[in-house]
This record gives sequence, structure tokens and C-alpha cells, in this order.
Amino acid sequence: MAEKRITIRTTRFDPDKDKVPRLQSYDIPFSDDSMVVLDALNHIKAHVDGSLSYRWSCRMGICGSCGMMVNGVPKLTCSAFMRDYWPRSITVEPLQNFPIVRDLVIDMEDFMHKLKSIKPWIIRKQEYPLGAGEHRQTMDQIDEFRQFSECINCMLCYAACPVYGLNNEFLGPAATALARRYNLDSRDQGLKDRLPVLANSEGVWECSFVGECSVVCPKGVDPAKAIQQTKLDTTTRFVLPYGNREE
Amino acid sequence: MDFESYDVLVVGGGLAGIRAAIAAVDANPRLKIAMVSKVYPMRSHTVSAEGGAAAALRPEDSYENHAFDTIKGADYLADQDVVEAFVREAPIEVIQMEHWGCPWSRDPDGKISARPFGGMTTWRTCFAADKTGFHMLHTVFQTSLKYSQIHRHDEAFATKLLVEDSRCVGVVAIDMRSGRVQAITAKSVILATGGLGRVYAFTTNGNICTGDGMALAYRAGVGLKDMEMVQFHPTGLPFTGILITEAVRGEGGYLLNKDGERFLKRYIPNKMELGPRDIISRAMVTEFEAGRGFEGPHGKYMHLDVRHLGEDKIDAKLPFMRELGREFVGIDIVKDPIPVRPVMHYMMGGVDADISGATPIAGLYAAGECANVGLNGGNRLGSNSLSECLVFGAAAGRAAAERASSVGPVGANPVTALLADETRRIRSSFLDKKGGEERIGTIREEMQHDMDAGAGVFRTREGLEKLTRQLGALRDRFEKIKIEDSSRTFNTELTAALELDFMLEVSETIAYSALAREESRGAHARRDFPERDDAKWLKHTLAFRTDRAEPRLEYADVRITNFKPQARTY
Repeated sequence: MAEKRITIRTTRFDPDKDKVPRLQSYDIPFSDDSMVVLDALNHIKAHVDGSLSYRWSCRMGICGSCGMMVNGVPKLTCSAFMRDYWPRSITVEPLQNFPIVRDLVIDMEDFMHKLKSIKPWIIRKQEYPLGAGEHRQTMDQIDEFRQFSECINCMLCYAACPVYGLNNEFLGPAATALARRYNLDSRDQGLKDRLPVLANSEGVWECSFVGECSVVCPKGVDPAKAIQQTKLDTTTRFVLPYGNREE
Repeated sequence: MDFESYDVLVVGGGLAGIRAAIAAVDANPRLKIAMVSKVYPMRSHTVSAEGGAAAALRPEDSYENHAFDTIKGADYLADQDVVEAFVREAPIEVIQMEHWGCPWSRDPDGKISARPFGGMTTWRTCFAADKTGFHMLHTVFQTSLKYSQIHRHDEAFATKLLVEDSRCVGVVAIDMRSGRVQAITAKSVILATGGLGRVYAFTTNGNICTGDGMALAYRAGVGLKDMEMVQFHPTGLPFTGILITEAVRGEGGYLLNKDGERFLKRYIPNKMELGPRDIISRAMVTEFEAGRGFEGPHGKYMHLDVRHLGEDKIDAKLPFMRELGREFVGIDIVKDPIPVRPVMHYMMGGVDADISGATPIAGLYAAGECANVGLNGGNRLGSNSLSECLVFGAAAGRAAAERASSVGPVGANPVTALLADETRRIRSSFLDKKGGEERIGTIREEMQHDMDAGAGVFRTREGLEKLTRQLGALRDRFEKIKIEDSSRTFNTELTAALELDFMLEVSETIAYSALAREESRGAHARRDFPERDDAKWLKHTLAFRTDRAEPRLEYADVRITNFKPQARTY
């Protein structure tokens, strides 16, 4: 039986010499049904063209590095199986809505600033002394925020978000989900410190509730829900007294 | 020439590195800290740790028990004063993580829960479901964002330590975005670059685990300690090597051979699935050799069976395992056994460092997997490494801060010359190299397969000697590599070449250290020397770089305090 092969087209862009990105085709062996799109890229880099650049590390869907557009859909390439595409060709492009640094590498500095802006750390009026041991927290209380803590910062939700595509000032899905993660944590008292960023003109109110962010999330996070819930926060919390968790 | 200057510079942005950076700020808030990482910190390989972090928090536990379990697990190659300090700090660090927001799984009374783990005699492994490393890393990274003193250099690849008059004064790093080669100076430098799993073909480690910090220290003249001690985790998914956490067995999962038999009864009957990793991995390989493994398209394997635990417990305690099974194997672990086989997982060896992370070079510290502070000896117990990153990351951060608070600034002259030398080396050996014909990918794959074959679960003199010859030949071929990518922007072919250079070097320290140790201890199992030999070998190996491929090996005593070495039976 002839060896199975597959055509991979990937974006190539080197700002040192290219004005615009282009697609390059590679015809590679599809030797094992367990191969994922990332394996194809690794094959190309190791054996065909060492200059292809992309990010990856854990290849188990948890480090969040290898998000790319696969046939137009934002995916973690480590979890996108080639058998789901073959015999069709596969087109791999950098995540949309982001500037391209090089080939399949996007510029995600914007997210890094947004992440910091929502103060993703436990805020308390008074630090609980270490010697006093742990805060008590029940599994039910963890369930309140659990799903929002599962965000791996892979940026698929920003690539899927039409609002972010039009206006990258929009705080966006992952950052809002992470703000929500802390706002819902029984140990945290920082809601009012985060509200100014969430409630400002580029905060949650920009969202037009398309919900694509939640559809593409590989970790089952529902950022759309976080955004809708935060909209409520930004209205009710301004009239209700703060400090619902003052211990 | 100008360059950025800091008080403390941390190389690596995983759990140990970030913990070190925060500890340095806490020790002296006036210090300016740099964190240089070749990836965004939340991509660091800590993210893949699953099972938990060990700490004697429960009232029925004791420091002494945790220390003894660790020392026995290490097959007595651990430095006992270090272990004793570690077990006292680990609970404090786990509570600190809790205060920073880590979503630790809880008992019904709201306290941090614990689960059983291999080689631990009681429940002391604290966990956040089965994504403990992920949650710890994101918690500590997000917390670090509130410290304005910490200046991150994300996606900057460190190529060399700046050492002047036996004092470490910074690093040279390539800013991957611009391609600029820059010097970043500091009064103290902490290496926290993680492991080297990618020197093997079949590994749980991510692509970034290439032994960078070990190679940087080795080149600067620091010894690499106990590099023969390589941990093989019993349960990796065939083909990918994806880790299936030991927590699966901690929660009650069975390991079964092809006859459906819990074969560990022949090897470690009192512990069964809760034995230490080295012993279980050897048992699996022995069963494979006896023809009692399953045969699959990607080699032999065993079954890891959790079906009897039921869906509720699996979803509560092992949700990520269910996700990995679905995603990567196409099975539902509630209904199907998981195919697993031993897989390279962790490096006990590393940069020779003391209890505060200090190396023999003034101003240079190391913490986490890249370091060997003497905690893990011949075999690390599962869930001790996340705690190690916290305890020794914090210790190194404090020690580095103390030094930075007392020594004078780094002078410009030597740094300028060192930077010029290193820039020239990167150009002539890599970027501007002409006429090479060897592919980086080919040499890397050959190295990985040679390491799997020669320095695996069981070793022999013959196999290790062959490995040293193979690695020597690969190093010669590495001199003739070609680099097709001439771009300055995000040149990952250049970084892959630099990583391969590091990996070939640390591989040699593994092979030569293993060849020299003529006994079996912990993870180092010699078929030709099957017994432990305390009279000759109760000592640490130290590999020093020489002009030749072969390192110079020296030995250092193991520090024994309260636990006299005895037969390691379970």
C-alpha cells in the first residue's frame, strides 16, 4: 500500500523581507493515525524546512502555546487530529485578530497587559497571616469559580471574538473570565478594584454576546457567561454596598 | 555599550523561578528583579504537573515521616539535612500558595485536602484536582503581576552566563522578537530553567525542557550532580508520552498486565500501585520482557484501570485524566482501561547547589528541577517536586536578595567584552555558518533514540559505552549543522540549535556518570551491578566540563543525620 500523504499549507511571514504573509505548501507523510497537526509542523521543521516558526511545548493541551487557525477555525494544534481532515489538505495560519510576529507566531502582548489590568490576584483589605493557616473554603465555594480558573490563556477565544477583531481595546473573553475567577473566589475582596476596568467603555459592555468564545474554548470555560455575569456586577454593585465578603 | 542592570536576575519563569522572584522582593522590596524566560511564564512546564504537592499538613502526619519517606525513596542518596529543612518549609509554602489563591481541593471541613501518593506512607499530597501544576503556576504567575519590582523579559533565550573573577554577574540572552543579543547584568543570578526531558525520545516533558540552565552552569565550571539519576514514570501514554498522573493510582487505580493480573504483587506486594516510581517502572519492563505486556502499534504497554472507582470519583478527582483519555486516546476512562508504559519524566540530577540554592560560583544560585540541592537523591517521590520548587525557589530568592543587598554594582568593562565574545560565537557557530549539511532535527532525533536505548530504565556497561561513542559522534556532526533560517525575527531554528548544543552536553554527563556508577541505586539500575553498594557508592557524582567530551568525575559525601542507610524494602 502506498504511503498516505497529506498537504499542509502554512502561513509564512518574515518581517525582515516580506511585506505580506503568504501560504507555503508541504506534502508530508501521514504515517500514523495518532498524528496531530502539531506533529505535521514538527515534521516539516525537523525534516523539510527548518525555518518554519511557531510556538509549542506541552503537546497535551495545557500550556496554551500552540493555538493556530486550522482550516479557518481556532484550535490547539496539539489536539487537532490529522485524521479528522485527511484526505483534505490542512491550512494552518496564525490566530486571527492578532498582529503576526513571524510565520505562525502571533503578538500577544496586548493580552498580557489586559491580564495585568484586571488584577488577577487575591485582594484583601487585610492580609490573613500565614501562621493562621489556610482560609477555609468548601468544594461548593470552589465550584463557584472553578471553570473560570481553567483558562490556559491560549488566545483561541480572542481569535474567535468578532468584537475583538474590530476593536482590540475590548477587554475580551479570557481576561474577563479571569477577573470573574477572582471576583467569585470566597477568599477575595477585590471586586471594586476590578470593576473600573470591567465597567469602562472598552470593558464588558462592548460584548455583543455572539458567544463564539465559549464555543472554541478547549477547556470548557464559558467566557460569554463571565461577561454576562460581570455586566450584572457592573450595574448592581454600584448601588449595593461593597464588601460582600468582608470577613 | 549599554545594557540592562538589575539586582537579582532569575532565568526561567516556572514555579521555582517565579517563587524565587517574589521571595527576593519580599526579602528586600527595594531590589529590582529581572525574569528572563524563553517562553511566557505560564507556558513553563510546571503547567503539566498533575498529581500534587507534598506537605505534612495533617495532624496525624509528621516532619519525621515525610523526611524518612523521602530519604528512603531516594535510596539514601539524599542529603538528610536538606530533606529535614524541606519537610518543615513545605507546609508553610503550601499555605502561602493557598493565600495567593491556589484552588486546592478541600476536605468537607474546608481545609486543604490530601491524597495518597507513591512511596509516601500517609496522605500528604495536596492537590488541585489533577491539574495541580497548572493551578500553582497560574496562581503564582498571576500573583507576580502585582509586584512592580519584577521586570519580565518574556521570550528571551539565555545563551551564556556572564562570569568574571569567579563571580556571576548576569547572562547574555537573545531577545527572540528582535533577534538582539543583549547582556543583562545582576548582582545575583538564579537558574530555574527546569528539566532536560527532551534529551530522550519518549518523555512526558514539553518541547522546552532542554536542560538549558544545567548546560549554562556546566559551561561556567559548576559541577552537575548525580546526572545518572533519571526518573522514569510508570504511566505515560504510548506514542505521545503524555503523563497519566500517579494520582490515578493514589485514588485506587490498578496496574494490570495482559493476563489481567495486578503484577506488582510479585515485585512490591506491600505497596502495590503505591510503590515508588523507580521500582514500578522496573517491574513493568521486567513484565514486558517476560512477555506479559500488551502489544500495540506504539510498543508494549500495560493497563491502568480506574473503572472500579466510578464516574463520580473520577470526575471529582481525575477530570483531566478523563479529558486526556478522550482527547488523545479516544477512550473514556470510566469505561476503558488506559494504556500506559514507563516514560522518562524527571531529572533528579542537576546543578550542584546547597540548601539555599547557592552554587560554588559566587552570585550564582539554582532552584527547581535544574538544580540538585540534595533533596531527591536516587529517586524523587511523586509530589515532592512541586513542593521543592516552592521551598527552594523561595530559599534561592532570599539568598540572592541578601547578596544583592550587600555587594556593589556590576562593572561595565568585563561585561562589554564578554558580550562581544558571545555575540561573535552565536554568529560564527550558528547564524553565519556556511557549508553545513547536517539537519538539527536529524541529530536531535538520533540523540533521543540513543538515550532511550542506552540510558533507560535498565543500563549496562556495554550499552552506556556505546552511548558515549554515539553522543561523541553526534557532537562531531553537530559541528557541521546547517541553519536555513537567516531571519532575526523569532528565529526558532537558531534557538533549536542552541538547545541541541545544550542537550548534547548534558546527555554526555548522564552517560558518563551512569557508566561510572557501578551499582544499582534508586533510578540507576545496572544489570551488570544489580546491588546497591554503600561501601563504595554512597556518594554524589559531580561531573565537571573538560576540553574533551568526557567530563571529569568527582565524588562528594552524602550528608547523613538521623536516618542510617538500610535495605530499601517496601
